[in-house]
Amino acid sequence: MRRFGPSQRWVHRGTAALMGVCVATAACLYVPQLAELVGRRELVVRVHEFAGAALPLPVLLGLASRAFRVDLRLLNRFGPHDRVWLRAALRRDRRPQSRPAGKFNAGQKVYASWIAGATLVMLGTGLLMWFTHLTPLVWRTGATFVHDWLALTVGIVLAGHVGMAVADPEARRGLRTGRVSRAWARTEHPLWRP
Amino acid sequence: MNSEQPEEEGRPVGRRVLLGTLGLGALGVVAAPTLQRGLESVLGAVSGKDPTGLTGLLPNGGGFRYYSVAASVPHRDATDYRLTVDGLVDHPATYTLADLGALPQTRIVRDVQCVTGWRVPGTAFQGVRLSRLLDAAGVRPTARAVRFTCFDGTYTESLTLAQARRPDVLAALRMQGRPLGHEHGGPVRLYVAPMYFYKSAKWLSGITVTDEVRPGYWEERGYDVDAWVGRSNGRDDEPTS
Repeated sequence: MRRFGPSQRWVHRGTAALMGVCVATAACLYVPQLAELVGRRELVVRVHEFAGAALPLPVLLGLASRAFRVDLRLLNRFGPHDRVWLRAALRRDRRPQSRPAGKFNAGQKVYASWIAGATLVMLGTGLLMWFTHLTPLVWRTGATFVHDWLALTVGIVLAGHVGMAVADPEARRGLRTGRVSRAWARTEHPLWRP
Repeated sequence: MNSEQPEEEGRPVGRRVLLGTLGLGALGVVAAPTLQRGLESVLGAVSGKDPTGLTGLLPNGGGFRYYSVAASVPHRDATDYRLTVDGLVDHPATYTLADLGALPQTRIVRDVQCVTGWRVPGTAFQGVRLSRLLDAAGVRPTARAVRFTCFDGTYTESLTLAQARRPDVLAALRMQGRPLGHEHGGPVRLYVAPMYFYKSAKWLSGITVTDEVRPGYWEERGYDVDAWVGRSNGRDDEPTS
């Protein structure tokens, strides 16, 4: 059955590619061994800045698509079943019957909203560090501090996101082809009514 | 079949999470000075006893960070390292590592402050005072500045003659009691104690006396030429020297 149209899949691909560039260049700027291997600091900084500035673009372009806007609405709204799902997740209860979910489960909703907020914070603090003459020094130091620590947090959360995708081939198929099996949808998203 | 989406309804928690994250980010920027001081003292203490080196990867985890502007940097050692002194001097000279090691050595222990924010407390550098090399070369009266080149082929730096003659400016051969390794700019780097660390050019290979200050690599990209710690680049760090 159909899970995603072209708009959602391309927004995901575009965002993932830009995020990948941000993470890779950040690692080359930050991890001493990689920095030593790659060098070319100015070029790497430039690529990092432009990939970061472009990061919200796929989502903004996606807003032109009705299907994408509908999914955003679904991600935003939390019903009573989401509370049940989150409680089960906290108890590490993995049985499908204790994890009721619509098209998106509560974990995906929390992840989507948090990563969107975190991306905007990274963008804002990144711009403060990029255009240094625009703001007083204390802002810049603060921005660097938040950018560094949030980068680490985003990296860990992203690793979790990718790890969960690796563990669920059918979810990956959904984003690759747009379609998923009926059986998978019934166990993973029992409340989803396409 | 039930066609209603149970998730169409419900509270806009997603939006709240997003806005909450934004708010925390803004709060973090404001509270950063306080948070940073606390974290630095904790991480600084921990990283000193951390055999894995993992704390070094944490932000402000202490220690140096490796920045190179070149694609790759050749390795030089005692066999092929050369330092040339030329320009507006009466006696241009070329030094080997052994020549430099044979000259009187000066040891300086100061904090290292990078313009990007990291600071390494009490780091010992040892080497030959730059003023000694300049005096040996015989600087001509028309000279006003010194330009430094590096064997990475890209990086350059410069100081006024007065800055270069300060007693806390060295051609450094040792750091923390050990020969300067490649990743720290060895075998010889410039060490300018009172300035941001980008002035302390790594992989030093050339000292040219000139009639005016020529901005170095980062200075052509917006950094201050007179890079006194705490009095330049819009920063207010504690002075290092």
